[in-house]
Amino acid sequence: MRIIYIFLIFPLSILSQNDSLSISIKNGKSLYEDFCVRCHMPNGKGQLGIIPPLAKSDFLFEHMEESIKALKYGGIDGEIIVNGVKYNSRMEKMGLYDDEIADIMNYTLNSWGNKYEKRIKEEDVKRIKK
Amino acid sequence: MLVNFSCAQNTKLSKKQTEILITNEKSEYEMELVFEDKNIIWAIEFFGDNSILATIKSGSLIHYKNGVKTKIKGLPEVYLRGQGGLMDIAFHPNFSDNKWLYFSYASQSNGEKGGNTTIARAKLIDNELKNLEILYNAEPNTRKGQHFGGRLEFDNENYLYFSIGDRGNREVNPQNINLDGGKIYRINDDGTIPKDNPFFNNLNAKKAIYSYGHRNPQGMFKHPETGQIWTNEHGPRGGDEINIIKKGKNYGWPKITYGINYSGTTITKNKSLPGMEQPLYYWIPSIAPSSFEYISSDIYPNWSGSLLAGALVLKYIERIELKNDRVISRTKIAENLGRPRDIKQGPDGYIYVSIEGKGVFKIIPKI
Repeated sequence: MRIIYIFLIFPLSILSQNDSLSISIKNGKSLYEDFCVRCHMPNGKGQLGIIPPLAKSDFLFEHMEESIKALKYGGIDGEIIVNGVKYNSRMEKMGLYDDEIADIMNYTLNSWGNKYEKRIKEEDVKRIKK
Repeated sequence: MLVNFSCAQNTKLSKKQTEILITNEKSEYEMELVFEDKNIIWAIEFFGDNSILATIKSGSLIHYKNGVKTKIKGLPEVYLRGQGGLMDIAFHPNFSDNKWLYFSYASQSNGEKGGNTTIARAKLIDNELKNLEILYNAEPNTRKGQHFGGRLEFDNENYLYFSIGDRGNREVNPQNINLDGGKIYRINDDGTIPKDNPFFNNLNAKKAIYSYGHRNPQGMFKHPETGQIWTNEHGPRGGDEINIIKKGKNYGWPKITYGINYSGTTITKNKSLPGMEQPLYYWIPSIAPSSFEYISSDIYPNWSGSLLAGALVLKYIERIELKNDRVISRTKIAENLGRPRDIKQGPDGYIYVSIEGKGVFKIIPKI
C-alpha cells in the first residue's frame, strides 16, 4: 500500500517550476509551428522591415505585456521599433486560448538564443486586458 | 493488356514551363479606395447595382452601398482560429429570384473541441439572413489553425464547388477520400450530393468530394469560356499551384509537390507520380495565392483573358497571361499596397481588390 502511495505522489512532487516550464515550451513549439511560423519564420528572425524578429528581440523583452496583448487581441497598432528597425505590419487575432498564449510566450522567450527564467502562466495572460 | 499512362499528365513539368520571371506591369492604372476597413475583408461579391457584400474574417458580413456600411444580421456563430473565420460568399446564380446566399466559415458546430470548415446558405432579405441551412460540415473538429480552404464557386449547371484545405494534417487527410480535408467538393445548390459525383458509389467515401490531394486551395473561378473550375492553392515553402479541377482526380499532395517544408527539409523527392495530376503552373518561391479571378472585361487594354492572383506574402497582385493553358507572362500590379485577400471583377467591368487592414480598392486604367 505504502509503495503504491509513494509511486502516485512522486511524479507530482518533482514537477518543479523547471519541468512545467519545459512542458509549456514544448506545447508552445507546436503552437508556434501552427500559428506563427509562416510570418515570424522557423528561426524567429521574422522578415527584415516587414515582420519583426522574436529572436533576440529587444521589444519582446522590454514590452512583454504589450507582446502578450498582441497575441491575445491581435497585433499592435502603429509603428514599433525592434532592434533598431521600424515595423508597421498587421498581426491578426488568432483565436488562441490563454494557456496557449502562455505556451507560445514561453517557447518564444526560450528559443533562438532567448532566455527567460520565469514561466508565463495562464493566469498572467488572463489578467491582461485590452 | 495495355495500360495507358498519359505522359503529359504524369511527367513533371519542364523548367521552361514554370521559369517565367515576373516583371512590372507596363499598363498604367490607379488604385482608387472604394471604402476603408481596418479588418480583414476575406471576400467580396457584387449585387446587380454594383454595391458590395463583404465578409470580415472575424465574423461579420457587411453591405456597402453609396458610402454607407450596413451590417447584415443573422450570421451563425463563427469560430475564429488561426486562418479560419468567416470566409467566402457566393450568390446563387438565380439570386435575384431566390435570394440564396452561400457562405463558408469555420464552426465548432458538431460539439467536439476545435472547429472545421462549414458551408451554409441563407436567404438574404433586407440585410438579414433568414432560413439558415447548413449544407456541409467537415469532420472532425480540430484545434489546428491551418488550411481551412473556404473558396466557393458555382459552375454553369448550378453545382456549388468549394475547397477545404488539409487542416494541418497532411499525412492523414488529403490522400484519403473517406476523410474530409485537402479536397475540392461539389454539391447541388440545396446541399444534396450529385449522383454522378466521382465517389458517390464508394461506400465509405465522403461523397461530396470531386477531387483530392490538395493542400489549401484559396483561389477559385469558373472559366467563362470552358465552364471549368480553376483553382490556385498554397504550397508549403515553394510549390503553390494552379490547377484545373477534373472529376475524381488526385492532385498529389503530399505525395508529390514542388515545395519543401518551412524549415527547409524535404517533404518528398517526387514531383510527379503515375495517376497524379501535374499543376498547370507552380510558383517557386511561394507567393501565397489568396484569390483567383479571370478578367473578361475589356476596360483594361490587353488584360482581357488574363488571370489575377493575390500574393499574400509578397503583397502584390499577379496578372498571369496564358496561351493554350500555358503561362506565358507574369506581371505585378498594386505592389506594396498590402496583403490582397480577394479579387473580383464587378458587374461594371472594373476589378476590385480587398486589401487586409485597408479596405476595398478599384483598379482604374489610365488611358
